[in-house]
Amino acid sequence: MTAGLLIAALFMALLGVVLGLVLAVASRKLAVEEDPRIDEVEDMLPHANCGACGFPGCRPFAEALVKGDVPPSKCTVSTAEGVASIAAFLGVEAGSAEKVVARLACAGGKNVARFKAAYQGQPSCRAAVAAGGGGKACAWGCLGLADCEVSCTFDAIHMNAQGLPVVDEEKCVACNDCVLACPLDLFSLMPVSQKLFVACKSLAEGDQALSECEVACTACGRCAADAPGLIRIENHLARVDYSKNALATRFPIERCPTGAIVWIEDQKFQKGAAAKKIIRKEPLPILSEPNP
Amino acid sequence: MSEHFSIQHFLRGTFHQGIHPPENKHFTAEKPIERLAFPPQLVLPLSQHAGKASVALVRKGQEVVRGEPIARADGFVSVPLHAPASGVVKDICLMPSARGPMVESIVLDVYAGDPQEVLYGTEVDVDAIQSSDLMQAVQDTGLVGLGGAAFPTHVKLSVPEGCVIDTVLINGCECEPFLTTDHRLMIEQAADLVAGTRILMRAVGAKRAIIGTEDNKLDAVEAIQAVLKKDDVVSVKAVQTKYPQGAEKMLAKALVNREIPSGKFPSAVGLGVFNVATATQIGQLLPQKQGVIERVVTVTGPGIERPGNYIVPVGTPIRFILEKLGFQGSARHLIMGGPMMGGTVSSLDTPITKGCGGLLILNEHQLTTEEQMKRYPCINCGACVDACPMMLNPCELGRMAHKAQYEVMAERYHLNDCFECGSCSYVCPAAIPLVQYFRVAKSVNRTKAAAS
Repeated sequence: MTAGLLIAALFMALLGVVLGLVLAVASRKLAVEEDPRIDEVEDMLPHANCGACGFPGCRPFAEALVKGDVPPSKCTVSTAEGVASIAAFLGVEAGSAEKVVARLACAGGKNVARFKAAYQGQPSCRAAVAAGGGGKACAWGCLGLADCEVSCTFDAIHMNAQGLPVVDEEKCVACNDCVLACPLDLFSLMPVSQKLFVACKSLAEGDQALSECEVACTACGRCAADAPGLIRIENHLARVDYSKNALATRFPIERCPTGAIVWIEDQKFQKGAAAKKIIRKEPLPILSEPNP
Repeated sequence: MSEHFSIQHFLRGTFHQGIHPPENKHFTAEKPIERLAFPPQLVLPLSQHAGKASVALVRKGQEVVRGEPIARADGFVSVPLHAPASGVVKDICLMPSARGPMVESIVLDVYAGDPQEVLYGTEVDVDAIQSSDLMQAVQDTGLVGLGGAAFPTHVKLSVPEGCVIDTVLINGCECEPFLTTDHRLMIEQAADLVAGTRILMRAVGAKRAIIGTEDNKLDAVEAIQAVLKKDDVVSVKAVQTKYPQGAEKMLAKALVNREIPSGKFPSAVGLGVFNVATATQIGQLLPQKQGVIERVVTVTGPGIERPGNYIVPVGTPIRFILEKLGFQGSARHLIMGGPMMGGTVSSLDTPITKGCGGLLILNEHQLTTEEQMKRYPCINCGACVDACPMMLNPCELGRMAHKAQYEVMAERYHLNDCFECGSCSYVCPAAIPLVQYFRVAKSVNRTKAAAS
C-alpha cells in the first residue's frame, strides 16, 4: 500500500521535473526576442485603443514608437506630460502634432430645419436612414438620433436641446469613431487651426435649400466673391480650400445671409454680421402634418 | 379561408417555417388592372435598378417621344431608361428618392394634349433572335426584376461558367399581404406571361419552366392553364400560402425541392428565378423592341378611397396617384411595396420606380401607438427561431446587435443570409425590432468594409 503510494508520488514528481526541464529548454530555445522597451512604452500609453494614431491599438503604436517610425505626439489621447515622458524615455523628439477635432457639417437643429415626415422607429440614425431617409426635409442634414453620441468613448459628444451633437474640443481626441458612426458622413476631422468652416452639406440651391433649413448654404456665392481662391462654390455648396488656410480670415463670413459659413474661435461657431438671427427655440412643425 | 385547411393545401409544397400574416388582399384582388391618367410631370431617377446608374442621353429642353431611350446603360450591370411619356425634359437634377437621399433624375414635363401612343420600336420576330443575342435584347428593354429587388434581368440571363440551368421558375407567389399586381397579371395577361416564360427558357437554355403561385390564387392557376398547350414544357403549380414564399430560396425549395446554398445564386442549383411581372413584360416588349415605360402598381390600404391595380408610367409622383384616387386626409403612413418588406416613404414627391409594385396607405389608427412601440426584454421564447425561413437564430443575433457585436454577427451567426423578410419582428411577443437591428448591423459592416 505504502509502496504503491510512494511509486505514484515519485512518478508524478519525476514527470514534473522532466516536463519542467522541457519547458525550461523550450523557453530558452524558442524565445522571441522583443525589445523590453515596448512593454514599458505601452504602459505609458493611455490604453484607450482608440485608433486615433492610425494603428490598430496601443501595442502596435508602442512598437512603432520604439522603432522610431512615429513621433510620440501622434497619440492624441496622452496628455502633454505623457507625451514628454515617452519622448524622454525613448530619447526622441516629442514632435508637434496639431490638435485635430471632429466637426459636424450641419447646423440644422429642430428649430431651423424642417422635417417632412415623422420617424417613429428605432432611435438610431442608421435605422432611420434605412427607413426612407429618416424624414428630414434636407436629405443631407443631421437626423439628431445620436449615433455619434453613443459611439464616442471619450464623452466628447453631447446632443444639445435642438437635437444636434456638440463636440467638446477639450475631450475630443480625433479617434474617428463618430466619422464612421454617422450614416450621413457629416463628421470630419479637422486641425483646430482651420477656423473657416462651412457647417452645411446641402447640395440644394437657393430657395429649395432655404425651404428645408434656415441656416443652409444657399450657394449665393458672397463668401466666394469675398475670398476668391480660398472659397469656391461647388455643386451648390461653398467649399473652403484648406491648402490656402493661411489666407483665411473672418472677412468672408460677414456677408453670409444664413450663417452657414462660420469662424470657429474658442469652440464658438461665430456667424457673420449679416446672418439671419435665429430667436426661435421650439421645433418647427412637420411639413406633412395637417394643420391643427 | 376554408381552402387553407383543406387536405390539398397541406399536400402542396412549401418551405420550412415562415409565418402567415393576415392577407388583406380583398381590397384589390377582384379589381381588374386599370390605366391611370398621365401626370403633368414625371421624375425619372437614373438609378432605379441595382448596379451602376444609367447615363442620361437627353439634355435640358429636349423633346422626347414616348418609348424613346433617354438614358443608356453604363456597363453590364446597368440598364437603359426609356421615356414613359411624350414631353420635354425640364431638367436633370437632384430629386427625392424612395430610399431618402436625393438622386440624379430626369424631370419630364408631359405634353397634356398628346395621345401618348408608343411611337418608338419596331416589330421583330423573337423566334429569329439567336439565343445568345437575347441577353442584349433584354438589356435594351431596360428590364429589371419587377418583384421589388430591381436587379437587371439580363444579368440573371448570363449563366455563370460551370452552371447549367435546367429549370426556369416564374415567381407568382406574391406572398406580401395587400399586394395583388402579380395576381391580376397572371389572370389578365396569361398569354404574354407564358410567351415571356418561353423566351426566358430559351435565353438560359432551360428545358422546363414552372410558374409558381400560392394556393390563395387558384383562379390565376386556371387562367394560365387555359393558355398552356397539352404536355407543355411550361407548367403551373400552386404552393402553400405562407410568408415569405415569394423569396427565391423559399420558392425553389417549395417547387423543386432544391436548396440554394448560402451566398449563392439560384444558378448554382440549376435554376433561373424570375418574377411574373418581369416575364410578362418580356413577352410584351421583346416582340415590339420597346422598353419598360410603365408598370402595374397595387394602390391599396384603408387610407385610400379607390384602391385597385393601376398601370402608371414609371416616374409618376406618389402625390399625383393619391390625389387621383382619393387620399383621405387622415392617412398618414405610406409604404412603397408590401407591408413586410416595403419601405416607408418620407416624401409625397417620391416617384414610382420600376421596382415598386405597391403603394400601401395606412390610416392613423393603423400606426403603431406608443404602447405598441414599447419594447420588452427578450425572454428566449424562441418564436423568432421558429419563424425564420433561413434557419437563423434571430434571438441571439438581436442580443448581439444590442451589444454592437456586428462583426461577430456576420462571421459566426450568418447575418448576411438574412434577407430582411421581417418574420422574426412580426412574431416577437416582446416587440423587439429585430430586422431593424439587422439592417443597422449590415449597414455598419458595409461602412467598415468600405473604410478599410
